[in-house]
Amino acid sequence: MKEKLIEKTLMLLAFSAIGALLLMAVFIFKEGMPIIFKVGIKNFLFSTHWAPTKGHFGVSSMIVSSLFVTIGAMIIGVPLALACAITLAEFAPQRVTVILKPTIELLAGIPSVVYGFLGVVLLVPLIRDYLGGPGLSLLAASIILAIMILPTITSISIDAIKAVPYSYKEGSLALGATHWQTIRMVILKAARSGIITAIILGMARAIGETMAVIMVAGNALRLPQSPLSPVRTLTSNIALEMGYAAGDHRAALFATGIVLFVFIMVFNVSANIITKRWRRE
Amino acid sequence: MAKRINPLMLQRIVKAQLWSLTGFTIGILFFIIFFISIKGLPQITLEFLTSNPVDMGRSGGIFSTIVCTLYLIFVSLMIAMPLGVGAAIYLTEYTRESRLTHIIRFGTECLAGIPSIIMGLFGFAFFVMALGLGWSILSGGMTMSIMLLPTIIRTTEESIKAVPYELREVSFSLGVTRWQTVTKVVLPSALPGIVTGIVLGIARCIEETAVIIFTVGSSLRLPESFFDSGRTMAVHFYILAREGISMPNAYGTAAILILSILFINLSAYYLARQFLKKIC
Repeated sequence: MKEKLIEKTLMLLAFSAIGALLLMAVFIFKEGMPIIFKVGIKNFLFSTHWAPTKGHFGVSSMIVSSLFVTIGAMIIGVPLALACAITLAEFAPQRVTVILKPTIELLAGIPSVVYGFLGVVLLVPLIRDYLGGPGLSLLAASIILAIMILPTITSISIDAIKAVPYSYKEGSLALGATHWQTIRMVILKAARSGIITAIILGMARAIGETMAVIMVAGNALRLPQSPLSPVRTLTSNIALEMGYAAGDHRAALFATGIVLFVFIMVFNVSANIITKRWRRE
Repeated sequence: MAKRINPLMLQRIVKAQLWSLTGFTIGILFFIIFFISIKGLPQITLEFLTSNPVDMGRSGGIFSTIVCTLYLIFVSLMIAMPLGVGAAIYLTEYTRESRLTHIIRFGTECLAGIPSIIMGLFGFAFFVMALGLGWSILSGGMTMSIMLLPTIIRTTEESIKAVPYELREVSFSLGVTRWQTVTKVVLPSALPGIVTGIVLGIARCIEETAVIIFTVGSSLRLPESFFDSGRTMAVHFYILAREGISMPNAYGTAAILILSILFINLSAYYLARQFLKKIC
């Protein structure tokens, strides 16, 4: 009797995470959907005019900025992360990897406000002085985000590379290929799904990051003209205006949250599908 | 025809490039730690740690923000620990892989990917407004506990799975019930792994900013109960730096943030290694 009760209680607990996820989705959609219907889905997603106190709710410039910042972070971050992953999984001696992998993972532990702060103090003046523009820019946000997502991509890619069966490598080496040729033509091909999963999860992190981006991106409300122009992402829009928003304005911020939520779910689900395929392989 | 490079030569070049990129990455980490330490450590005195902020943080210390951070960690873990460990026990000990566990796992993974700003929005709409808890450590703790759940479930699951099956068989053969086996045999062996998850959760509470601003608020007063609003160290640092209130105090707070995160991560890593050694 007591055993049955315990089992039922534990089962209930097991649903806590998914329950929280559903509750979250319900609440954010309940708060945000009415305003989207009120201004029209097309208008909300494709207008660049955001003046919430005057009744204009268009988030397209923020969607574009979020995507550009994320793509920029990928262009800078992915090559670095893959270089680290290949070096640590293939070239470095075991003893070195054991120390360096957790060291890189430490980068993930540094609070995002600290990244943002360092961006403002060190990176923004550099960009302003050497490349022009206000310094607070899409480029600055991309560089900071690239550093922030490095550990995620590196550590999952290392696992993917290490999961490639040793016989593949032996086969290739036995055919006379060099270590690098083996890595490029055999190991990276076999680890492909795992590496793609790592990159997608990194993208999800980049598009969802808030505090660091607010501090370095400049937060200007228009479509980005160049990498040096200041931009406002979906996340920073929510965080910047939540403090004083009320009524329709607040609802519109929840609606911004819905857009972000949809992006994140698409990333997560595709990472999940690719991981499944990878496991099967 | 383009000149073919000798494969061995190419390998040497690539290897050098990859190593230098790795060195560069690790260099960034050390640079961040040293930069913040050099600027921040001179600010840290006993007085800085034990006196409350004065004049919005322009002078004085950070005592109230340390207390608020500790309260928040306490509340978050008190909620997330039983939920997360319970869920992990169910998934590993009470059920086989099925459609149901797949759905639970998928939900947990998705929850891990939800950005903190969305967590903050939800915590604000649900705990602060709908449940009427206002900006308080309780609202923040409950929101944070949802954020910690995936990590705690995953690390607990992994450490329970690592406990050898023979231990359970011996226990069952002695006529011990499943629940007693779990509490007396499985959990004690899996303890270091579970503690690793909890330690990582503590780090998460210290780092987080967006969620806290929306749910705990940013009041500088010393919180007296869990129903009070407050300001954690990370939020304090954010406000000091962003509004340019006091750079020395901002660096001091940042140094304490970084050093505590460093310490916590190293102890989590140490615990995990100990655990691996024990079961291998």
